[in-house]
Amino acid sequence: MLRFGVVVFPGSNCDHDCYYAIKHFVSDKVEFIWHKSDKINELDCIVLPGGFSYGDYLRTGAIARFSPVIEQVKRFARQGKLVIGICNGFQILLESGLLPGAMLRNRSLRFVCKYVSLKAVNTSIPFTCEISKNDILKIPVAHGEGNYYIDPQGFEELKKNNQIVFRYCDAQGNIDDASNPNGSVYNIAGICSKEGNVLGMMPHPERCCDARLGSLDGLAVFQSILKSLTLSH
Amino acid sequence: MNFVVDIVVTLKPSVLDPQGTTVKEAFHSMGYSKVDDVRMGKYMEVTISAGSKEEAQGKADEMCRKVLVNPVIETYSFDIKEQEKQEVN
Repeated sequence: MLRFGVVVFPGSNCDHDCYYAIKHFVSDKVEFIWHKSDKINELDCIVLPGGFSYGDYLRTGAIARFSPVIEQVKRFARQGKLVIGICNGFQILLESGLLPGAMLRNRSLRFVCKYVSLKAVNTSIPFTCEISKNDILKIPVAHGEGNYYIDPQGFEELKKNNQIVFRYCDAQGNIDDASNPNGSVYNIAGICSKEGNVLGMMPHPERCCDARLGSLDGLAVFQSILKSLTLSH
Repeated sequence: MNFVVDIVVTLKPSVLDPQGTTVKEAFHSMGYSKVDDVRMGKYMEVTISAGSKEEAQGKADEMCRKVLVNPVIETYSFDIKEQEKQEVN
């Protein structure tokens, strides 16, 4: 049985959603990890959930990166194991240097909370291996700072290493400015590390794993994780 | 000695500032048509004790780089002055 850990920071508020989605639809073995933990149990995948860790003080994710658990997450990632950061989790991955770039305030200055369409442009990593390339997923976003920024040199690196995983698009799959909910560079919604074992994404796959919630597209991400972990075991 | 460090953090000139742009547009709609640009930032006041101004400066710079500033998008500057002694009545 594959083991998942969901990190809980003060201010996390999607931790239970992640726990629920994993427990009911992915794997029975899921546990919460308190952010003060300087030791973690044997796990196969760590989830950094969404929310407002430390009240978003200073910058989103800026204080969370000093939590003791982050050293454990870094070590875990260095071993090639899977780490997924969703929304605030993505922001924490950026601040802690596990992924490149930074988040700016949404272009509209508004908190955007709605379903968006995403195009899966890299389906060769463990988080997307069950998705067909260029498939369109309907997954909700809920953030005030999802305006992903990276300097031109960093952007070239991302492209060269195939680190761009999800891009905002319209329902037909057209990637244009109108379908970009926050102003992010190149309509970027999710990126991965060079090695592909760390994924950060603003949309919330855990919010659409249950048919009663209107979309099942988030399940594709978790099923991909499941499949890749099963294959590697 | 106690030193007060006044730190100003702003977005790098190369980074678009959605907040600043919105405020600029508000100025324009108020009739301040000559406002060319507005950049928003953060102000922080940190009090530290150090043996000398140079030492305080070094510490402040380190704290900016490690915590207060995200070098991917932000830049910073600061002023240091010795804290004035509080009068005791």
